[in-house]
Amino acid sequence: MTLLQRLSRPWIWAWLAAALAFAATLGLTSGRGAGELAYAALSFGAFAAIVGMGQMLVITLGPGNVDLSIPATMTLAATLALKVMSTDPGTALLGLGVALAVGLGTGLANFALIFLLRLPPIIATLAASLIYQSLAIWSNRGLRIKPPPGLADFATGRFLGLPNVAWVGLALALIVWVVLERSVWGRWLLAAGQNLRAARLAGMPVEAVRAAAYVTVAVFAALAGYLLASFSGGAALNMGQEYLLMSIAVVVIGGTSIAGGNSNVPGVWGAALFMFLVVSMLNSYGAGAGVRNVLTGTIIIAIVIAASTRRPGA
Amino acid sequence: MSFLARHRIVLPVVSLAVLLALTFWMQPRAMSYFGLNLLFNLAVPIALATIAQMMIIMVNDIDLSVGAFVSLVACVTATFLNDAPLLGLLILAALILSYAAMGAVIHALALPAIVVTLGMSFVWGGLALFILPTPGGAAPGWLRTLMTVKPPVMPMAVVAAILIAAVTHLLVIRSGIGTVLRGVGGNSRSVARAGWNVTALKALAYGLAGLFGVLAGMALVGLTTSADANIALRYTLLSIAGVILGGGEFTGGKVSPTGAVIGALTLTLAASFLSFMRLSPDWQIGAQGAILILVLTARLVFARRGGAA
Repeated sequence: MTLLQRLSRPWIWAWLAAALAFAATLGLTSGRGAGELAYAALSFGAFAAIVGMGQMLVITLGPGNVDLSIPATMTLAATLALKVMSTDPGTALLGLGVALAVGLGTGLANFALIFLLRLPPIIATLAASLIYQSLAIWSNRGLRIKPPPGLADFATGRFLGLPNVAWVGLALALIVWVVLERSVWGRWLLAAGQNLRAARLAGMPVEAVRAAAYVTVAVFAALAGYLLASFSGGAALNMGQEYLLMSIAVVVIGGTSIAGGNSNVPGVWGAALFMFLVVSMLNSYGAGAGVRNVLTGTIIIAIVIAASTRRPGA
Repeated sequence: MSFLARHRIVLPVVSLAVLLALTFWMQPRAMSYFGLNLLFNLAVPIALATIAQMMIIMVNDIDLSVGAFVSLVACVTATFLNDAPLLGLLILAALILSYAAMGAVIHALALPAIVVTLGMSFVWGGLALFILPTPGGAAPGWLRTLMTVKPPVMPMAVVAAILIAAVTHLLVIRSGIGTVLRGVGGNSRSVARAGWNVTALKALAYGLAGLFGVLAGMALVGLTTSADANIALRYTLLSIAGVILGGGEFTGGKVSPTGAVIGALTLTLAASFLSFMRLSPDWQIGAQGAILILVLTARLVFARRGGAA
């Protein structure tokens, strides 16, 4: 019974899938390169996990709530931060401040559109993202500014054997988990996602909760953009592109209910690792980009079907 | 109920008219056969993709794979349909059927459409890369002729837009099955109680979306003469925006085919509008966003006024 209960925990599936992909990749090399693979998965998975956790908070708010401006916010934050730093040493914190301010600004702008203009969140974040994208193009002008050396070293460096970016992602995961499970705000968020009207009638500040969720996702996206640009040696206009689908995919594979009112922090990390591992598994089996995408999509759908049929009544 | 609430088509029409008037005022030379064709040429595939998205939104789902699907169709059109027309047609028919199957599976297993279509967007994108790893291919001659035909009085793009709007209006608003399909979005349980098979209806709605997606991809190749695997990825977001801009809503089966076509035209025009203003092309994408927000704000203002009256 306990085993069955464990299996019915939705985040187990993401971790199982990640472990399977890990094992399948190593099966080819008969175990060589396990450390390197895990290290790479933690590095790249961290970015997906950070944006995924933000997206998770928004999706928890219930049907129709999703942030489509994540890629644009990532690009804008990274572009402006790198521009301010202009490769000068000792400006890393200044750049971080700029990136977080961009996140705060876009988050507030998104919520203003949703709250003041009563736009559906999908349309509000979509329309706003087009404007952020233009801002990024305008301020970037095709330049590729390198991050300051110290920051680049930090983003690609390691501490106690784990990549620094993974530490950032894990720390954020811990914070989000504690806030969701142990704080009043987390309870409010889940309640608002389960039944907005009931939560409002119970006297909860639902609009403040929604505002906080939309600001948090934007700040997380901005942070991920800042780290990703430092990690990969500069900002590019399409750097955030893949994170739109990625952020939604890791949330859903991680076992968070798309119907809202139910978050799952460990699942997001498991799914983020899985998304990287499945690509490297297919790569090591020599699959081309086309086959890789087809299989990735098929696996996403298979996991969603498995997760939905394994949870009767949940 | 206010006038605008009953006639949700008014606002999209007014927005397009205002934008068009501004464009003509900036650049009087655009007010010609050739100018209009140039302005709206690329709107034809976008309008078709918007109709595809509308079919999905009509049944309360959302399709994040439209862009990838249209790209895949474009790749098939520029390769198979050009080299081996029969095989090409078979592939396109299979794609439409798989869209219908996707709708049936989503309903039968009660899966979230947003996630399944997200997964499918990887599949479509992968297949497209598989067919055309590098940009290339060629448009079939007849398609090229069809897309560049010069009808009298009105340019092809305008004729096509009117045709698309008229056909889909008859299909979705006027026909019996269209009403039932909108009923699925309104209240699927009561449609089921009335004796309809909702799984089949969802498959039909998705199949129609697939059909219009295929038409969008073919029209696109007819205009661009070649294809690549990422050619239409931005259509996903554009099509959602177009449906909403045209007076549609995400729930309740409240959609307007004419509005969706007008929404697509407005978004296309918004992009070219700024180049007439001699502003930097950097802001073209942003202009689409700004116009989207402006029109929806106008809708809100009128809805409030209507509510107060």
